[in-house]
Amino acid sequence: MMHAQGLTKTFNPGTPIENRALRGLDLHIETGQFVTVIGSNGAGKSTFLNAISGDLLVDSGSIRIDSQDVTRLNAWQRAGLVARVFQDPMAGTCEGLTIEENLALAWQRGEKRGFGRAVRPELRDMFREKLARLKLGLENRLSDRMGLLSGGQRQAVSLLMASLKPSRILLLDEHTAALDPKTAGFVLELTDQIVAEQKLTALMVTHSMRQALDHGERTIMLHQGRVVLDVAGSERANMDVPDLLAMFERTRGEAVSDDALLLG
Amino acid sequence: MSFISLMGALEIGLIFALVALGVLISFRILNFPDLTADGSFPLGGAVAATLISGGHDPWLSCAIAAVAGAMSGWVTAWLNVRLNILQLLASILVMIALYSINLRIMGAPNVPLLGEATVFTPFIGEGGDSAYWIQPMVLVAVVIAVKLGLDAFFASQSGLALRATGANPRMARAQGISTNRYTLAGMALSNALIALGGALYVQTQGGADISMGVGTIVIGLAAVIIGETLIPSRNLWIITLATVLGAILYRLFIALALTADFIGLQAQDLNLITAVLVGFALVLPMLKAKLRRASGAK
Repeated sequence: MMHAQGLTKTFNPGTPIENRALRGLDLHIETGQFVTVIGSNGAGKSTFLNAISGDLLVDSGSIRIDSQDVTRLNAWQRAGLVARVFQDPMAGTCEGLTIEENLALAWQRGEKRGFGRAVRPELRDMFREKLARLKLGLENRLSDRMGLLSGGQRQAVSLLMASLKPSRILLLDEHTAALDPKTAGFVLELTDQIVAEQKLTALMVTHSMRQALDHGERTIMLHQGRVVLDVAGSERANMDVPDLLAMFERTRGEAVSDDALLLG
Repeated sequence: MSFISLMGALEIGLIFALVALGVLISFRILNFPDLTADGSFPLGGAVAATLISGGHDPWLSCAIAAVAGAMSGWVTAWLNVRLNILQLLASILVMIALYSINLRIMGAPNVPLLGEATVFTPFIGEGGDSAYWIQPMVLVAVVIAVKLGLDAFFASQSGLALRATGANPRMARAQGISTNRYTLAGMALSNALIALGGALYVQTQGGADISMGVGTIVIGLAAVIIGETLIPSRNLWIITLATVLGAILYRLFIALALTADFIGLQAQDLNLITAVLVGFALVLPMLKAKLRRASGAK
């Protein structure tokens, strides 16, 4: 369960480049729910995700994950609750470390780290088994450096890393945006599989309305730092991209008529 | 070059191998450009020399010197992570401050150790005429122990977290690694090694001097760069080995340049030679690539 209430965040307050990224955002996600998030550029999607992960702290409002109030905790203190996959394949892994070392780092997400060997034989066997399920041949490349992998392979490993340890919420930040369509399809399929298997609570940001409707069980739209659309169940099941697009245009039109002027 | 001067070069090279391993941690692993070394090396020397001349156990004195070095590195990191002072600037502030602190510790610009029992004394027989080869042997043992210890640390859970902190701090935080805490600890470890180098240095040179730290960071960096140029690798245990060899080679080059009479170089030219050597090591990878292209084109 994740509960966000009245989140606000302003970048560069009081300056000409002031940006009110979040303006009182409320969202409640039930345990086990897979929510997709859409919104135009600058709608506050990334800021919202960073606020949940603790990469940035909100100006006001509160965030609860299960029973724990995490509003004032920073990213590493929340890591035991929050798992995430970044948009940039370079961002979620360490390219100078080997595949098994990256997995070993993720294996201890949110836990105390001691002076024992990080990659033990029994861990290596477990990593090999998990990698084999990706069907990318990575199970034979455990001691290869991460930097040698392609973007798609790295995102697949990132996904595996994020699901290695249980989490209360999984954040996916346009994690297929940097990939070619075929690889993106593969990573998305893998995402569905992992989320379903481990019954994860997940929040996936995407720039594709098609993806937003095809994956997960609930779709929200952000606009100007608020949730302006929230569909689930049969309403969502009967929706197609044009319907969503129409609702998107309508909310945009209502929310800012001058936006249309800007876009000409 | 005589055998004795060769052993002398090896001795100083081994001491600077410790410095270079410290520099490797700050510059290469933590990605923290740190000039504290110019203050923490003489800090180690000052603490060790003062304690030893006060009649304390030399090994214990070395350990305390390393702790003092760790504290100086911790302060540099603290200025950066807590007060957001630029890394380079934070280290310069600590380096400058240490000059005064070192004078305070020693109580004079230099502390002689002539006739005092050092860590080497138990290994050297009566008369001390075997010191020229025994001292380097003791240092070889120390450097191997430190190198193997570091290798084991870098492969541990904490060591991996330290490497992630330097390589990709955002990812490290997402894995629950407190990058601030690891930067503080890593910088402490780095300067502890550098101060240990200083503590051993004064015991081979017969005393501590306030100006002994000048250029420490350049020599440490030179060793790291020579090492990674000659033995390029991504494997950390090879990188630490290359760093140690780089430090020894660097001192051998210096000794060669100074003893070859036909070049006409003298002791006062040391810093000039250092600058030329480091400059050469920096462009060497480029030259190697050019040569490879040229031979490939044939």
